[in-house]
Amino acid sequence: MISILKDAWTIASKDLSNEIKTKQTIGMMVIFSSLVVLIFSFAFDPTNNMVKAVIPGLVWLITVFSGILGLNRSFLSEHENDTLTGLRSAPIDPSSIYLGKVLANFILVTAVQLVSIPVLFLLFDYRFFGKVSWFILVVIIGTLGFIIVGTFLAALSANAKNSEMLLPVLLLPLLSPLLIAGVQATRIILENEMIADAASWIRLMAAYDLLFLAACFFLFEFIMEGS
Amino acid sequence: MKKNTGIIDRLLLFTLIPTVFIALYLIFIWSPVERIMGASQKIFYFHVGSAWVAFLAFGVVGYYSVRVLIKPRLQHHINAGISAEIGVLFTTITLITGMIWGKSSWNTWWTWEPRLATTLILWFIYVAYLFVRKMDGSTEKIARLSAVFGIIGAINVPIVFMAIRWWNTKLHPVVFGEGKNQSGGGIEPDMLVALLFSIFTITVLYAFLMRKGIEIEKMRHIVKRAKSKAIEKLAG
Repeated sequence: MISILKDAWTIASKDLSNEIKTKQTIGMMVIFSSLVVLIFSFAFDPTNNMVKAVIPGLVWLITVFSGILGLNRSFLSEHENDTLTGLRSAPIDPSSIYLGKVLANFILVTAVQLVSIPVLFLLFDYRFFGKVSWFILVVIIGTLGFIIVGTFLAALSANAKNSEMLLPVLLLPLLSPLLIAGVQATRIILENEMIADAASWIRLMAAYDLLFLAACFFLFEFIMEGS
Repeated sequence: MKKNTGIIDRLLLFTLIPTVFIALYLIFIWSPVERIMGASQKIFYFHVGSAWVAFLAFGVVGYYSVRVLIKPRLQHHINAGISAEIGVLFTTITLITGMIWGKSSWNTWWTWEPRLATTLILWFIYVAYLFVRKMDGSTEKIARLSAVFGIIGAINVPIVFMAIRWWNTKLHPVVFGEGKNQSGGGIEPDMLVALLFSIFTITVLYAFLMRKGIEIEKMRHIVKRAKSKAIEKLAG
């Protein structure tokens, strides 16, 4: 188990150092998520008071939309240089590839959120009343679930020729329970309602994370097998 | 072997034809007309039957997906795919009949009620499953990938249902059964007979479609193999 985690960290740090060198994916993701905020400000007039109601949903929409860009790259870049064969033939457990990719993608998407969520609040002039710590907790749990399922499906769809199109089609229906829970929990916290109400949603998200982490962890070797 | 499957097919066909007519008779002539909703209530029999078959079909997909991963065999892969296709068909029927029913009884085409939303998301998941099967690559690879997706999709369905149920309880309490006159014991015995019979008929239809679909898919594989063999011969 320790060795799996160690190998996972090696793979994650390889991806991250690669990303730090080129800064291509993360730059695109930040710009794209800011653009989504911009487009939304045209779609929903920010001067309107009603727009406060859609902010919790927007937090998740920009995460998912920009996250899908990064997820697409995480396995396609391996396919382009055929380094996936190298990873596959390495003397490591296939699950450690999965965990490593999850870790790298999670750090990437969190880094993007650090910019995009403040930008969202800024451009929509959103006054924050809730507790920041709870908000961060919800965002972390939700993003983790998104990355767990997303990384798995990115590896699956990377086998197809039209994988950029396939990934969102596969991913979004599977994310629906997580998104419902995430949006509800975020709304309750941002509007400073009862934390107890949010807690049941957070529990649902945590259960989703654990269940899919276990399922994807065991099923990942079937995706990596053969060619 | 070949003869044996023929007998089962014929048996299914000869049970299917009379049961369809009996079911139609029971639904449209024999069963009483609902007092409030009138004739539009008749769609209820088709709606429940196809919803049941849709969930059954997706259960079958999950079952064969697990079997593909345990022991990769072409037969399991084909079974899962055909069942998914029929499942998508019946889910579409369920959604459409549900909308018609909703329009006439609730005066709206769509409400975000747990069962409706779950069915819609289920439809999306299994359309995505069919997309995975349409990927190019070797049959073994596609069998493995689609089986993995089938399992993940099946895990997701109960979570979706729970999430949507909780989501809506914020707005109004969960009501068991569909309205006052449809809940549990409230159903007319004659209606129940017609309902059970129509469910049975649609299940037989599912079995029949399943067998026919598997046969066609197998033929497709045989043709594909013969084609590649012929190409090899011509090239070599």
